[in-house]
Amino acid sequence: MDGNMEHFTQTKSSARADTASAPIKVDCQNIDVYYGDKRAIEDISLEIEDRSVTAFIGPSGCGKSTFLRCMNRMNDTIESAKVTGKIFMDGANINDPAIDPVLLRSRVGMVFQKPNPFPKSIYDNIAYGPRIHGLASGKAEMDEVVENSLRKAGLWEEVKDRLQAPGTGLSGGQQQRLCIARAIAVSPEVILMDEPCSALDPIATAKIEELIDELRERYCIVIVTHSMQQAARVSQKTAFFHLGKLIEYGDTERIFTNPEHGRTQDYITGRFG
Amino acid sequence: MLETFGHLPVAWLLFAVLAAAAFMAFYVGRTQAVGIARGYTSQLNSQPNYHGYFVAMATIAPAAIILFLYMLFGESLVRAQFASELPERIRALGDLELGQYIDRISEHATRRDATATGNALFDAASDRYTNLVGLSRIAAILLAVLAAAGGFFFGRSRLSGDFRARARVEDGIKFLLFLCAAIAILTTIGIVASLLFEALRFFSRVNVFSFLFGTEWNAQTGADFGAIPLFFGTFLIAFLAMLVAAPIGLFSAIYLSEYASPRVRSIVKPILELLAGIPTVVYGFFALQFVAPIVRSSATWINGLPFIPDGFLAAQPTSALAAGLVMGIMIIPFVSSLSDDVINAVPQTLRDGAYAMGATKSETVKQVVMPAALPGVIAALLLAVSRAIGETMIVVMAAGQRAQITPDPTADLTTITVQIVALLTGDTEFDSAKTLSAFALGFVLFIVTLIFNLIALRVVKKYREKYE
Repeated sequence: MDGNMEHFTQTKSSARADTASAPIKVDCQNIDVYYGDKRAIEDISLEIEDRSVTAFIGPSGCGKSTFLRCMNRMNDTIESAKVTGKIFMDGANINDPAIDPVLLRSRVGMVFQKPNPFPKSIYDNIAYGPRIHGLASGKAEMDEVVENSLRKAGLWEEVKDRLQAPGTGLSGGQQQRLCIARAIAVSPEVILMDEPCSALDPIATAKIEELIDELRERYCIVIVTHSMQQAARVSQKTAFFHLGKLIEYGDTERIFTNPEHGRTQDYITGRFG
Repeated sequence: MLETFGHLPVAWLLFAVLAAAAFMAFYVGRTQAVGIARGYTSQLNSQPNYHGYFVAMATIAPAAIILFLYMLFGESLVRAQFASELPERIRALGDLELGQYIDRISEHATRRDATATGNALFDAASDRYTNLVGLSRIAAILLAVLAAAGGFFFGRSRLSGDFRARARVEDGIKFLLFLCAAIAILTTIGIVASLLFEALRFFSRVNVFSFLFGTEWNAQTGADFGAIPLFFGTFLIAFLAMLVAAPIGLFSAIYLSEYASPRVRSIVKPILELLAGIPTVVYGFFALQFVAPIVRSSATWINGLPFIPDGFLAAQPTSALAAGLVMGIMIIPFVSSLSDDVINAVPQTLRDGAYAMGATKSETVKQVVMPAALPGVIAALLLAVSRAIGETMIVVMAAGQRAQITPDPTADLTTITVQIVALLTGDTEFDSAKTLSAFALGFVLFIVTLIFNLIALRVVKKYREKYE
């Protein structure tokens, strides 16, 4: 932790976090992403703290989702995408070709914009990850994993009597919490959320935000959001992106009350974007 | 029928006259509307052009209907009139012979180079027939002209400032489109009805149950009509074909949609679909010339192996296996193309979800993509099965003619379609149980493929509802 802090204080950049209240979980260094010839991310460096919520905000097309997808190498699944730079997670560079993206993704869970439960039962949706990674031996243990994940996602009480019902039959908000439970089930260290509430109504959104706040105690959470209020409510750190660049990064409170950059100010006050 | 009415010049002339009438009616209607408006066309409910279209419609529609009715019923009217004028002794003939007699006369009468036959009665009848046809044609054209004129004046009388010509034209267009759809449906109904009618005639001679459940088929001698061996052959060959087409088609669809790079996909997919464009007769001789001999020699080789009883496999020069294998290759594109579509329709977010859980590509395909695409894939397989059951040329050439029930795929078998071809080609009388049995077989074939298609469509529809 000392080393991380040293490293952190040595680097002078507005793109670094203002304070260091927690250990660094993910350290991104000089990340560039190209889609074909188009440069979607330009030289972004950023450190993300463990056991906290980091929000990425910025206008559509600013590259925040692309950057998020670097952290579990989901950009590998896009033919034309090319990522350069280093991302250290607990000291190991995940962009190293020797790292198996399949194993990486079991450590970095992801929740998507639109709830995407698999066309299986609620139980099998949760059990999917533990099964492919061999995390539970035997039925009893799997039952426990499923129950725990659903409890952590605050969905257990609502679905405990219909675990064999299809996951697609739940409401939108329930589906999204199912997807969060599914991500939790493989005991990841980092959870990435790509606009997890954009398809949900305000009540379901409030439930998800509550859940994010609880999950913060155990996981490192990164959330992309279009809602300023949401970023302000759930996150401790906020990063503002614009046109593929990281403009400003710091404590959420400071970003929203006293931004350093005019652009950040303009965006959070709704003058553009 | 068209031969008598549609003597090309007459038909073209009529067409031209109708078109000219339509143009004239349009012009008159439009001019009248402009006159009503007195320069303020915005005061009209509908623009002058629509008044023009309306009058044109009112003019040609009745004439077209009359000419169409003449095409349908003109000949029967002429024949009825002609028959009533024939001498008593000819009219006393049975319906069938009388019909044949009139057929001969009308054939002679419509030949342009018709010369006297020397039979005075026949020549006179022929002349009278020509006469009647001409009269009927003139009557029809006169009626059509009268109807057109009536329609024209009716159309003009309706025009006024408030007349909703635009809505009427819309109705007319709707009716025209409906008519086109109705023709397709009516044709299908007609085919089914004729099939059903002939099949019923067959079942009045042969018991339905002995047809559906009998195990002896000797239609050529007119003795036994038990269709079970044909059903067995049909389904065995379709089953063999699906053994080839289902895995190959499905796996190539998975490769194309999940693994292949866009470049490879753009090359492989059209080539695969090219298979569907090869004429089935080409597949037929491929089966007969190349596959059947290989099947036979392989079967002979297996028979020669130690511990295999003599004559274990039939090893015939034409075999169910040869036809089934080649038919399987033929229907690969049906399976792969449809499966490819449904696999592509599985939302990308589902794949992303699985990848984000740390699933590999094949795990994602097996556990997420295929379950989501399964209903569509099943529908694709059912459509392929109905294609295999109805396929004719390959089995005619490579499956053989013998109606037998044997699980040995190297034996020669016959199918429903092969028997229909055999029963209806060559000189046939359309009144014997032998020929009629072909219609009964065709009807069964139709029902079976219809059921498969209906199930497939239902499944596809259900699947669509899920992801929209």
